[in-house]
Amino acid sequence: MDPQAAKFIGAGLACFALIGAGIGIGNIFANYLSGALRNPSAAPGQFTNLLIGFALCEATGLFGLLVALIILFG
Amino acid sequence: MEQFQIKRLIPIDLFGWDVSFTNASLFMVIAMAIIPLFYLFAMNRRSLVPGRLQSTAELSYEFIANMVRENVGEKGMKYFPWIFTIFMFILVLNLLGLVPYSFTVTSHIIVTFALAAMVWLIITAIGFMNHGVGFLKLFVPSGVPWWLLPIIVVIELISYMIRPISHSVRLFANMMAGHAMLKVFAGFVISLGVIGGWAPFVFLLGFTGLELVVAILQAFIFTVLTCIYLNDAVNMHHH
Repeated sequence: MDPQAAKFIGAGLACFALIGAGIGIGNIFANYLSGALRNPSAAPGQFTNLLIGFALCEATGLFGLLVALIILFG
Repeated sequence: MEQFQIKRLIPIDLFGWDVSFTNASLFMVIAMAIIPLFYLFAMNRRSLVPGRLQSTAELSYEFIANMVRENVGEKGMKYFPWIFTIFMFILVLNLLGLVPYSFTVTSHIIVTFALAAMVWLIITAIGFMNHGVGFLKLFVPSGVPWWLLPIIVVIELISYMIRPISHSVRLFANMMAGHAMLKVFAGFVISLGVIGGWAPFVFLLGFTGLELVVAILQAFIFTVLTCIYLNDAVNMHHH
């Protein structure tokens, strides 16, 4: 295989990490929303935790994106 | 991409080290000028009933003060100036990057990594200063069966060592991916022309709004995580 083609395929494969990030972020917000609708008065207190969970989850996907960028431009 | 290129504005060579004044340095200087000027200007009236600018200044102060108090407790308030500086610096750099034709300093891994490494080093130093060798107990969670300890300690150690990397990559990748995406959609507007270009243009407008949220959110997240790491070093009792 042409090494250049292999490079692009590898970068594309590395972006699969974002699937996990998407599922995780969806889970976090869905669960926050369902919890918030059951007990709206407790929801604002957990907003910080929501954002932290979101950030931690998103970071794992972004690591994959970073690998793709390193493959492409590194 | 052109918007991420670092250009030397004033080339300086110091004993073989390239310490040129680049556009990245320029925007950091602008950010460092904006923050004190904003607070001096907003607080120079100091009225009892705050106006719009004074409210903004007070709001940002209260916001970070509450964040430190909630996450670290009263003992952490002596680190408040440091946390506040980190937050304002990243926030202003992120927001400056949204201005067209400007430069996003935080979209460079070396800048965010330097910030995160500084945070990590200082927090480790604070931990050892407050607890001495006892700070190492952070890696030995209580209530774990003894035969699990060799694995747990290694995992805890790795997760501690990897903190500056995850801390910096999060900010860098968010800023860089957002700006690259804006650039790609701006390219669609040009290539589709006057007739078809409206659809990506509307998307671009909405996405710029989202980028504004991301810029503020990432500054907030960086600061919250700094607070959480600081909590480990100052209190240690949640383990």
